[in-house]
Amino acid sequence: MTKQNQKHILRFSRLNRILHVVMIISFITLAITGMILKFSYTPWSFFLAHFFGGFESAGLAHRFAAILMTAVFFTHLIDLYLRKKNEFGSWKKMLSGSHTMVFTKKDWHDLRDSIKWFLGKAPRPQYGRWTYWEKFDYFAVFWGMIVIGSTGMTLWFPEFFTLFFPGWIINVATIIHSDEALLATGFIFTIHFFNTHLRPEKFPMDIVIFTGNMTLDEFKEDRPAEYEELVKNGELEKLFVEPYPPIVISAIKFFGWTALSIGFSIIIWIIYAMIFTYK
Amino acid sequence: MKDLIKNIIFLLFLTQIIFSQSSDDCLGCHSDETLLGSRNGKSIKMFVDEKHLSISIHKKLECISCHADLKDAEFPHEDELKKVDCGICHEKVSNEEKTSLHGLAEKRGDNLAPKCITCHGKHDILNVKNPRSKVNPLKIPFTCGECHSEGTKVQRQRKIHQDSILTNYTESIHGEGLLKKGLIVAPSCATCHTAHNILPHTDSKSSIAKQNIAATCTQCHAGIETVHQKIIKGELWEKQSHILPACVDCHQPHKIRKVFYDEALSNEQCMKCHSEKIKSKKDGKILFVDLDEVNHSKHNKISCSQCHIIENKFYKRACETITKKVDCNTCHEEVGKKYLSSEHGKLFIKGDANSPTCVECHGTHSVTGKTDPKSVTFARNIPNLCAKCHRDGEKAAKRIEGVGHTAVENYSEGIHGKGLTESGLIVTATCTNCHTAHEILKKSDPKSSIHNLNIASTCANCHHGIEETFKKSIHGTSLGKDGKEPPSCKKCHSVHSTSRTDAEGFKLNIMNTCGDCHKEIASTYFETYHGKVLQLGYTKTAKCYDCHGAHNIYPTSDSRSSLHRNNVLKTCQKCHPEANKKFAGYLTHATHHDKNKYPYLYWTFWGMTGLLIGTFAISGLHTILWLPRALEMRRKKRLKKLSETESEK
Repeated sequence: MTKQNQKHILRFSRLNRILHVVMIISFITLAITGMILKFSYTPWSFFLAHFFGGFESAGLAHRFAAILMTAVFFTHLIDLYLRKKNEFGSWKKMLSGSHTMVFTKKDWHDLRDSIKWFLGKAPRPQYGRWTYWEKFDYFAVFWGMIVIGSTGMTLWFPEFFTLFFPGWIINVATIIHSDEALLATGFIFTIHFFNTHLRPEKFPMDIVIFTGNMTLDEFKEDRPAEYEELVKNGELEKLFVEPYPPIVISAIKFFGWTALSIGFSIIIWIIYAMIFTYK
Repeated sequence: MKDLIKNIIFLLFLTQIIFSQSSDDCLGCHSDETLLGSRNGKSIKMFVDEKHLSISIHKKLECISCHADLKDAEFPHEDELKKVDCGICHEKVSNEEKTSLHGLAEKRGDNLAPKCITCHGKHDILNVKNPRSKVNPLKIPFTCGECHSEGTKVQRQRKIHQDSILTNYTESIHGEGLLKKGLIVAPSCATCHTAHNILPHTDSKSSIAKQNIAATCTQCHAGIETVHQKIIKGELWEKQSHILPACVDCHQPHKIRKVFYDEALSNEQCMKCHSEKIKSKKDGKILFVDLDEVNHSKHNKISCSQCHIIENKFYKRACETITKKVDCNTCHEEVGKKYLSSEHGKLFIKGDANSPTCVECHGTHSVTGKTDPKSVTFARNIPNLCAKCHRDGEKAAKRIEGVGHTAVENYSEGIHGKGLTESGLIVTATCTNCHTAHEILKKSDPKSSIHNLNIASTCANCHHGIEETFKKSIHGTSLGKDGKEPPSCKKCHSVHSTSRTDAEGFKLNIMNTCGDCHKEIASTYFETYHGKVLQLGYTKTAKCYDCHGAHNIYPTSDSRSSLHRNNVLKTCQKCHPEANKKFAGYLTHATHHDKNKYPYLYWTFWGMTGLLIGTFAISGLHTILWLPRALEMRRKKRLKKLSETESEK
């Protein structure tokens, strides 16, 4: 191993890492307290409701976590706005740059090439800053936040919303809120976990989202296109950071494992509820 | 010849005067069975049976003696005659009758008032000594009974203070003497009430007025003051010498009992032996009697021999002639009847060894009555009393199936039991409040106080207001959809273990209770927010009765219903004070499985499900396809690492 290879490169900003952690906490809280209600007919729900100190406090936790997540959402939007203002100058520049979250032609090519790669007909595509599945994840969450958030508000303040809508809108909101949440939970705790944390080559866990940095070797292999670009621009050196001490890594791993375990437990619970006690 | 004709004419004329309208003349027409006349515009038979007249006590009278207005009348006389006035001859009796209850009623125009003919008949009036006379002593009870027996118009529609008069009289010693032993000296109705001067007992002139009753009874019981038992209920019966108390104070009118007050031994005589711890020679039972106990009981004024009936008091040991067991029925007749018709009584009749008799519940010498806190039949002690046999494992519980099995345990857990034992409320329901004390019947018996259809009125003994509301509600007025019996109080509140309705358990369970019959509506309730949180144990949410009402449930089309379109908003506002009219449009029993009823929900659900399945299908496939490559990458990486470490070495 050469010295340069041990260099760590910054991938996620501090703010984004904090937002992700807050998101994990609020998401898991929302998932558990929400599923308690969705699957209220399972014995698990009853147990968990009591764990939260009764259904009433579970409901409070749900609302508190909802506020937290809304805050994450708006913080991200403000961050986007500030970065547009400070780094790019215009939305167009920001969204057409190589770090854009918007789907580009390259993403479609990457998807096509990825499938070829999966089928053994082509080498691994040269993924850039954001892969297409990461972009999909991003927009899935973005969409989910709007859908679940708005229906959640309807359910939180039904008296207010029925000033403008008929009463059955609450029933519809219930279905959308709960099924969209089921989709979000299911997706995050399976596909997202696998895609970004649990892939065999990263197993047992990719902690880049918490540390924000990864070894240059890994980076080179993972994001060849981005690496090329950084080298070309001569910006690579700017992104070198010192790795965290082992104790911090351990703490991060502990947190990550906790979140993962809770996530998987929820998945098992959902599967159990859907298969054995579905109503 | 001329003279002869003159004489004949004279004679004819004379007979016209002397024998004007002889009875034969009347019968000339009235012996015709087909003769019709009219009275008050109605056509009636005017036939008079000569046979009746010939045996009547009035046989020597002419028709016109009574039908006085026909004197000198021409034939055929007018249809409408004056009513016969018996007072022409029977002046005294008639005057008496006019001021009697019967006479006054007639004067008022009471259509049920009896007239002379009602009791005595018309043309067929017989001598009172004739056994066929309606007023012969043997017949009097039945003649009076025509109006004064059970169920007659007079008994039902007029104020008569006694009931079952004829039955009671027939069973009394007087009735038995007259009707079973043929003693015409036994008093009949008229003996006490008089025949014609019948007055209410409140009238001081009445033969049955309290101050006159002794005189009336002493018509027959002339020497009663010399032979009557002197000490009754531990007191001298005559407060002053030779002034009799009102007989009816002890001997109820009509119901005079045969051996109510037996000529008895004094308690002292019994206690000569029974104050010692003597034993029965037969079965070794201890025959000691604690007189103190008796003296503090309800029966403290009743002597031993009134219950332990002695056949012959002239024996040296009179108690040897006691052959019968104590029969409480002698005094407590009505209760006894109820008991015999009850489940307990039925067992007794069958000769079942387990059947409880009076003493099992009331004890023997120490009976103190249900108002005494020390009594076994005092409200607070009743559950324990019944539990003696009905606690699980005891003899009665063994033969009862179903809820009755654990009734005692459940009761003590229930609100009524706790009210009694914890709050000390003696007004709370004990066993006897619902099952009755003596008429205990199985719930399958339609007469039972706990029969499904009677439960509401049984509970209404205390919860009257609830029953009033309930019986108007849909559950109180109609059968279930499948013809099932409507729910009674016990369906929701359960028996014995009746819980407080503000208890968590009750609130959580009510869904299952209502859901027993309202299956579909209850299951869809659980698909909505209210139902889901209730399942999690959150009882502040809307339960069935919060919206539909508890006892006052009506169809939603009924304007009294809390869910009627005019009332529904108010109902929502109980929990959602800010609710508006559209808010009340929330579908509280909605399901997304019913395409026709709730298309919005159905399509929303399937849209969301489609999105979910689609997303998982695509991303899942993507992941699965990826897996082999990822594993390959992992392998290569490890190989690379291995080779690197080796090369470093």
